[in-house]
Amino acid sequence: MAGTLTRDILKGPPPPTDRGGDGGSGLPFGPGANRRASFTGLFVLLAASTMVFAAFTSAFVVRRGLSDDWATMPKPPILLVNTVVLLVSSFVLDQSRRALKAGDRAQFNLWWTGATALGIAFLAGQSVAWLQLKNAGIFVATNPSSSFFYVLTAAHAFHLLGGVAALVYVDVQAWRLRLGPAKRTAIDVTAIFWHFLDGLWLYLMLLFYVWG
Amino acid sequence: MLLAPLVWAIAVATAYFFFARTWWFPPPISQHGLAYDAQFNRTLLVVGIIFILAQFALGYVIWKFRNDGRRAGYSHGNNKLETLWTSATAILFLGLVVMGSKIWASVHFDEAPPDAMTIEVMSKQFAWNFRYPGPDGKFGHTDLKLINDSAGNPMGLDDKDPASKDDIVSASLKVPAGKPIKLILHSRDVIHNFFVRELRLKQDIVPGMEIPFHFQADQPGIYEVPCSELCGLGHFQMRTTMQVMSQAEFDQWMQQQQAQK
Amino acid sequence: MSSPVAHPAHAAPQGFIKRYVFSQDHKVIGIQYYFLGLFSVFIGMALSLLMRFHMVNPNVTVKWFSWLWPTAAAGGIMTPELYLSLMTMHGTIMVFFVLTTVPQSGFGNYFLPLQIGAEDMAFPVLNMMSFWTTFLALVVMVAAFFVQGGAPLSGWTAYPPLSGAGRITGPGEGMGQNLWILSIAIFCGASLMGAINFIATTVDLRCKGMTLMRMPLTCWTWLVTAILGLLGFAVLLAAGVLLLLDRLAGSSFFLPSGLYISDQIITAHKGGSPLLWQHLFWFFGHPEVYIAILPGMGVTSQLLSTFSRKPIFGYKAMVYAVLAIGFLGFLVWGHHMFMSGMNPYSALAFSVLTMCIGVPSAIKTFNWIGTLWNGKIHFDTAMMFALGFVSLFVTGGVSGIFLGQPALDLYFHDTYFVVGHFHMIMGVAAIFGMFAGTFYWFPKASGRMMNETLGKIHFYCTFIGVYAIFTPMHYLGLAGNPRRYSAFTDVEYLGKLIPVHTFMTYAAYFTAAAQIIFVINLFWSMKKGARAPVNPWNATTLEWTVPSPPPFDNFAGVHPVVYHGPYEYSVPGAARDFIMQTDPPQVQSEA
Repeated sequence: MAGTLTRDILKGPPPPTDRGGDGGSGLPFGPGANRRASFTGLFVLLAASTMVFAAFTSAFVVRRGLSDDWATMPKPPILLVNTVVLLVSSFVLDQSRRALKAGDRAQFNLWWTGATALGIAFLAGQSVAWLQLKNAGIFVATNPSSSFFYVLTAAHAFHLLGGVAALVYVDVQAWRLRLGPAKRTAIDVTAIFWHFLDGLWLYLMLLFYVWG
Repeated sequence: MLLAPLVWAIAVATAYFFFARTWWFPPPISQHGLAYDAQFNRTLLVVGIIFILAQFALGYVIWKFRNDGRRAGYSHGNNKLETLWTSATAILFLGLVVMGSKIWASVHFDEAPPDAMTIEVMSKQFAWNFRYPGPDGKFGHTDLKLINDSAGNPMGLDDKDPASKDDIVSASLKVPAGKPIKLILHSRDVIHNFFVRELRLKQDIVPGMEIPFHFQADQPGIYEVPCSELCGLGHFQMRTTMQVMSQAEFDQWMQQQQAQK
Repeated sequence: MSSPVAHPAHAAPQGFIKRYVFSQDHKVIGIQYYFLGLFSVFIGMALSLLMRFHMVNPNVTVKWFSWLWPTAAAGGIMTPELYLSLMTMHGTIMVFFVLTTVPQSGFGNYFLPLQIGAEDMAFPVLNMMSFWTTFLALVVMVAAFFVQGGAPLSGWTAYPPLSGAGRITGPGEGMGQNLWILSIAIFCGASLMGAINFIATTVDLRCKGMTLMRMPLTCWTWLVTAILGLLGFAVLLAAGVLLLLDRLAGSSFFLPSGLYISDQIITAHKGGSPLLWQHLFWFFGHPEVYIAILPGMGVTSQLLSTFSRKPIFGYKAMVYAVLAIGFLGFLVWGHHMFMSGMNPYSALAFSVLTMCIGVPSAIKTFNWIGTLWNGKIHFDTAMMFALGFVSLFVTGGVSGIFLGQPALDLYFHDTYFVVGHFHMIMGVAAIFGMFAGTFYWFPKASGRMMNETLGKIHFYCTFIGVYAIFTPMHYLGLAGNPRRYSAFTDVEYLGKLIPVHTFMTYAAYFTAAAQIIFVINLFWSMKKGARAPVNPWNATTLEWTVPSPPPFDNFAGVHPVVYHGPYEYSVPGAARDFIMQTDPPQVQSEA
């Protein structure tokens, strides 16, 4: 069952149908446990990613405050375009899940493919941004601000690559009409991961434009 | 059961060498050192009692409750006992920290007294150098480009700066007894650490930072200064001495150094 | 990510590769991790023996040194840089590839699903990947020995600038250090994969009736350890990336300006902070030591209860203590940095928190003794190691009360007092936890019993041996013996300490030799040990309800239902002196 974004994020996945006893679902071997475990696994992964970026952020803050050699890095305007592309991809992804909930497989396929394409476009746009920086003579070592820019955007892109792989996987399964119940979990997990990367990107943009 | 007496024997043997002070601190040479030793002894007393009691209790239960056919007791615990020993532990441990905090404060929160003699410490792979500002009380300008270890200018002292003229650079530390000393710790390559056992003091020396550090040595003598932070292959050889001498002897030494310049 | 286990009826894999090499079965993966750890511990031990030899024989020629290391031990004499690289790799291999793998990924992988009544871990494919990623990390780490310049010499803590400025700071600081960082980064990824599995499995795959407060304490420690690893390794990964960039891309996260190394002015770097590395590293490093010890504490609790036929004293307090240790473990990293030059006010804050974390550890010790009190103790080898764990944990723990005070650390930092402390509490106690787990669970995993006579001999030799090696280190610390010295030839006051080092060296040879007994016991018993019954220890937890070894899907399609807590021994009025967790509810118990 595909829930909406809001429901999944705010209310957690649907509860298992038979609690049994005091604890333990009573259904460790059925689809209920799979779904729950997948969500748990996802949130654990998100916690780890958050810690990686928290570590980078604290290094950022410390380094910036340390020396007076921090120079604001000129940001390629394409970053703003990429941001819009990413936000739109999230919106499109959510549309696709709404379509699936309403039972419209064809719509789901289209929207999901659209989101996948936008995700790839984001990565392409990021590559352009790096190219532009390189051409302007701004490299990793140029200034601490550029060092962090490259590290943070590369780490984000690395995660996004994983996200795109998941999007592509679901897309291929969708077009082959192989979206049974187990795959619904994959859809939801991928979507939440994608939205997380969105939020992370917005946070990074804030960091770059306000303190970078 | 053999394990019980073994645990007791190990506990006793371990404690013995603390009592006997077979391998021990060298005598302290400063007020801080005395305070340090007092705090150490307090901690040793608490820790020693806990250690002996715990190992004794372990050995005791091993011996007393070995399987001899009767049934074991059934109990899930005792909340009162739990609360009691938890609180006792917390109070003891935190008490020790509070008592030691004065010592830490005197080393790190208080600034060096205004009449302290300032000496620059320059540590590098794998040697020590100490610089005295000389009669003008000012340290001369240094420049990395002027560093020349083989020619005897490890600090890159700039001859053109008049303040450099009376700077004395020495490979070992010499200080007058009974006077506050302020060290400014520098490293030019990797992290080192300045340690003098008899002072009961050490401090990491971090490149890119100028770390102030003050002490007062009251007892004349020659004390070793072994580098105490891994700095590379010569770490074990990076050693110098701190010589504490009377004010008169110190002044004489300074004059000799100035004369040799 | 694979979809979690869904079909109790899914068939066992066929073929050697699928069954023993690229297996998704948590039991096989657990054994793979165990043997990776066993292999690594022998490398780590060999390195330590070379170190101990050199410390007391710095100028002795050993011919085969020059065959192994033509440059670094030319003429058969170990150079200081070779010593330091052996030391670095000893620490790294032991901490990461032994202490972080075996207790958690070895025993935990095998027994967590069994103990909570699950068919497998939540994500079997991910589990398989986590092992092979760890294996890859080990390969990369060992490769550092074989590149030009050899393995790095900056210690397992890799403080920059020594580790960050490149090969000019010393031999091994070129490609060797790069491979080290790369290996650690790969290891971080593997740990993350493992943590995802452990947490999802514990949270979501417990069988009916297995509430959190009915879980064996081993499961609690595996859960908290996984959380520590998840958050800690993430930070280490970030730190490693930044260090690698400083080394290879000319950035200056950790490298300040004004460096003059090896007759060169370093202009490429400026403005960075060596202390920043230390903060990031120890933010990981402190939770790491709890990762190393918590599973051993869980095993000890399990064994003390089982072998004294008595419930664990204060189960709830034990759970809260584990949670407290996990939580506080993230707040005390600064106690590794008291002398670092960081803000001295923060040192006091870290010190108070460090003392606080001593409290739950003390609670656990009291409760272990409370468990034994009024028990009926059986001295099987597994239990001997659990009892040994308690003794070693006390010894190793109490020296922490000195080190946790910055005022006292003013003398003890970077002396052998610290080396003795962490070896005792982390190295030896954790290893005893692994031995205890081995003797306890070997029957279940192999269907055979280990030899008790060999086990007891090995135990006594090792117990005496490790005390003989590591207790004297505390005395050396009192005398001010600095650590990480390859020889004691240049500092005069160290001369009279050399007899202590010699004693420790012989104790090390003896203890290392005694481990051969264990290896013989392990491998011989696998083939020739007496057949093990389903429940040789009359223990209560779920792994003892299935055959030895368990079938592929653990419970043969039958879903266990739990009615009792995990430590119902000697319940008054019960027919036997133990009630299994799955025994019918009519059998009396309080849980």
